[in-house]
Amino acid sequence: MNIHEYQGKELFRSAGVKVQEGVHCKSVEDALAAYDSLGSKVVAVKSQIHAGGRGKGNLYCPNSGDLLMEGGVKIAFSRDEVETYSENILGHILVTKQTGPAGKLVSNIYVEAGCEIAHEYYLALLVDREEKQVLIMASTEGGMDIEEVAEETPEAIHKTWVNPSTGLLDSQKEDLGISLDLSGAALEDFVGMIGSLYELFVSNDCSMVEINPLVRTKSDEIVALDAKVGFDENASFRHKEWEDLRDYSEEEPTETRANEAGLSYVKLDGDIGCLVNGAGLAMATMDVIKLYGGEPANFLDIGGGADEAKVQEAFEIILEDPNVKGILVNIFGGIQRCDIVAKAVLAASEKMGLQVPLVIRLSGTMFEEGRAIIDSSDLDCTSVETLAEGAEAIVGLIGGGK
Amino acid sequence: MAIWVQEDSKLLIQGITGSQGRFHGEKMVEYGTNLAGGVTPGKGGQSIELAGNEFPVFNTMMEAINQTDADASVIYVPPPFAAAAIMEAADAFHQIKGEGVIVCITEGIPTLDMVKAVAYVNEREGIRLIGPNCPGIITPGDNGGCKIGIMPGHIHAKGRIGIVSKSGTLTYEAVAQTMSIGEGQSTCIGIGGDPVNGTGFIDCLSAFEADPQTVAVVMIGEIGGTAEEDASEWAAENMSKPIVGFVAGSTAPPGKRMGHAGAIISGGKGTAAEKFAAFEAAGIHIARDPSEIGAVLKVALEESGLL
Repeated sequence: MNIHEYQGKELFRSAGVKVQEGVHCKSVEDALAAYDSLGSKVVAVKSQIHAGGRGKGNLYCPNSGDLLMEGGVKIAFSRDEVETYSENILGHILVTKQTGPAGKLVSNIYVEAGCEIAHEYYLALLVDREEKQVLIMASTEGGMDIEEVAEETPEAIHKTWVNPSTGLLDSQKEDLGISLDLSGAALEDFVGMIGSLYELFVSNDCSMVEINPLVRTKSDEIVALDAKVGFDENASFRHKEWEDLRDYSEEEPTETRANEAGLSYVKLDGDIGCLVNGAGLAMATMDVIKLYGGEPANFLDIGGGADEAKVQEAFEIILEDPNVKGILVNIFGGIQRCDIVAKAVLAASEKMGLQVPLVIRLSGTMFEEGRAIIDSSDLDCTSVETLAEGAEAIVGLIGGGK
Repeated sequence: MAIWVQEDSKLLIQGITGSQGRFHGEKMVEYGTNLAGGVTPGKGGQSIELAGNEFPVFNTMMEAINQTDADASVIYVPPPFAAAAIMEAADAFHQIKGEGVIVCITEGIPTLDMVKAVAYVNEREGIRLIGPNCPGIITPGDNGGCKIGIMPGHIHAKGRIGIVSKSGTLTYEAVAQTMSIGEGQSTCIGIGGDPVNGTGFIDCLSAFEADPQTVAVVMIGEIGGTAEEDASEWAAENMSKPIVGFVAGSTAPPGKRMGHAGAIISGGKGTAAEKFAAFEAAGIHIARDPSEIGAVLKVALEESGLL
C-alpha cells in the first residue's frame, strides 16, 4: 500500500527527519491560503498521486483531453503563479511515465516552502530479497531517475545492508554519509537523519522509502524534499492507522472489492476472464491463454480452501466486467475442493445469467464430484482435462487465436 | 534417499489444536506421515485425536522435541505469531539436536518479521527453514510417505524426479505432469512466494544434485526478484542432472502484485522473459506451458540416457 508525499512527510516530521514546511490542499483557495501562511516567497506546488515521475509528467483536461501544463511539480515565485499552477493541477489528469497513458486524476496538492539547495542526493530504503535484509541505497546523483543511474553509472550508487540482529550501526551511517562526500555539520545531520529514517522504516513496517531528492541546503542541513513511502500490507493487522492514510481513489474499485472478499484480483486489458486457485497457477493460466492467441481480462486467485460464497463472489466479479467475452475456470484442488467451485459457478451463473462461453477445468481434490455437478446441470459449458486444452477451447470459442 | 525429509521422519505440528493444524494434521496422518504430536502454548498435557489416533500436545517446542525426538516441525500458526513460532522451533532443534527442518505454511507474515526470523535461523547451523507461504515438502514412500504441508497427497508417487517451486498449485501441476509420463517424485518442495523466505532454489538444486534417488529436477519460478537467475547461474556451473524449468507471469503487468507478496515486477526487474532467458543460457530445458512439462521432461530424460 502506498501513501501520498504529504502523508509521508508527516511521518518524516514526527520521526525527526527534516522536511520543509508544507500544507496539504484540496482547492485553489487552500493553496493560496497556504502560500500566505508559509511566508516563503518561493514555494513548490506539487501534484499528489501515488505514481512517480510527477515532475516530468503532463496535465490534461479530463473532458477535452487538451494539454494544460507541462510538469506536475512546479516552482511558484508569486501568489499568482500558485493560483495558476494549482488551477492547472486540481481536477485534472496527470500522465507520467509510471501512470500509463490513462493518467491519474489529481485531487490533492502539496504546497511546500522553497529551500536553497546546495546539492541533491538520492536515498532509498527497501527489503533486499536476495540478501534478506533491509538495504539502504544512496547516490550523489539526486533528482535523476535511479534506474538510469544504475544503468549508466552503477558505481555512483552506494549500498549498505542492515543486519536485523544489530540494527543500523553508527559506522554504517557515517560511512554512507562519507561516501556521499558529506563532512562537518552536513555529515552529522545526515547520520542523525539516516538513523531516524531506519527506525521509521522498521516501526512502520515499510516496504519502501524513497527520497529523490534528498538535499543539502546552503546552510548544510539535510532535508527530504520528496517522500515516497510504501507499507507492507502483510503487517496491516498491527497498523490500524493505515486505514486513515489509504486513498481509495488511487485503487481499482474492483480490486478493492475483491480484496475485501479475500480474493486476489488484478484487472488486465484482455477479454478472457480467469478464475483460478493459487497465484502461480493463476499467472500460468494467463500466460497459456496468451500462448494460444487470447488475452486475459484479469488475474484472479481465489486462494486455498475458498468456500462457496467466496468463489461465487469471484465469478460475479468476472461476469460484471463488460470486457469479458469468455471465461476459463482452472482449478487444481489441493486444499480447494472442486465440488465447492462447481456449485459456486452454477449458483453465480444462475443468479447473474451467463451470456458468454465458459470452459471449466477441474483437477485434484474431489474433481470427480465437481465434474459430476457440472455435467448433471444444464449449465452451458465445456469441460476439459488440462490447462492447455482449456486455453485452446476458450480462445477458440470467442473466435480468437492463431 | 530423497532430500531433507525421509519417509519415516518424525514430525511435530505447531498450532496443532487450531482448525488448520487439525485439518491438515488429519490429512498428513492419513497419508502416512510419522506424526509425533504437536505444540499449542497453554494446552500442554492434553491429547488430540487425528485420523483415529491420539497425539500428545505440548506447551513448548523444547518440551516436544525432548519428549518425541522429532526431526521436523510444520507451522500452521496465524501471521502475527508465525515468526516467533519459527524462532522457537529453530532454537529448540538447535539446542537439543543440532539439526531440524521447519516448514512454515502460514501466508501473510510481515516481511520484516521474516527478515528477523531468517537471520535467526541462519545463525543456527543445521536448521533448515522451508517457506513461509508455501505448500510444504513431501517425500512419497512405498507405503504412504512423509507429507509435511497442505499438498494433496494422493497425486504423488515415489520416484526419481525432484520438484522445486515457488507456487503451490503449480507444484501440483508439475507433479501431475511427471505422472503423465510414468515418473514419480523423490521429493517435492514448495519454497513459497514471499519476498523473504528460508530455503531457496539453489539449496534445493544442490541437495537434488547430491541425492542418488533424484535423476532430474523440475524447477518452477515466477516473476519477482532474481532467485531464478541466480539459480540458473549456479546450475550451469554445478548441476550434472537435467532441469526442466517454467516461469509463471509472462503476461503479468509491471508494478502489480500478483497474489504472492513477492510476485511483482518492480523497476522493470524480475520479468518472466529475463528468467526464461537465464534458464535458456544455463541449458535448462524450458516448458512455456505447464501442460508441456511432462513432454519436455521426457525429452530431457531421453537426452541424458535415462529413458
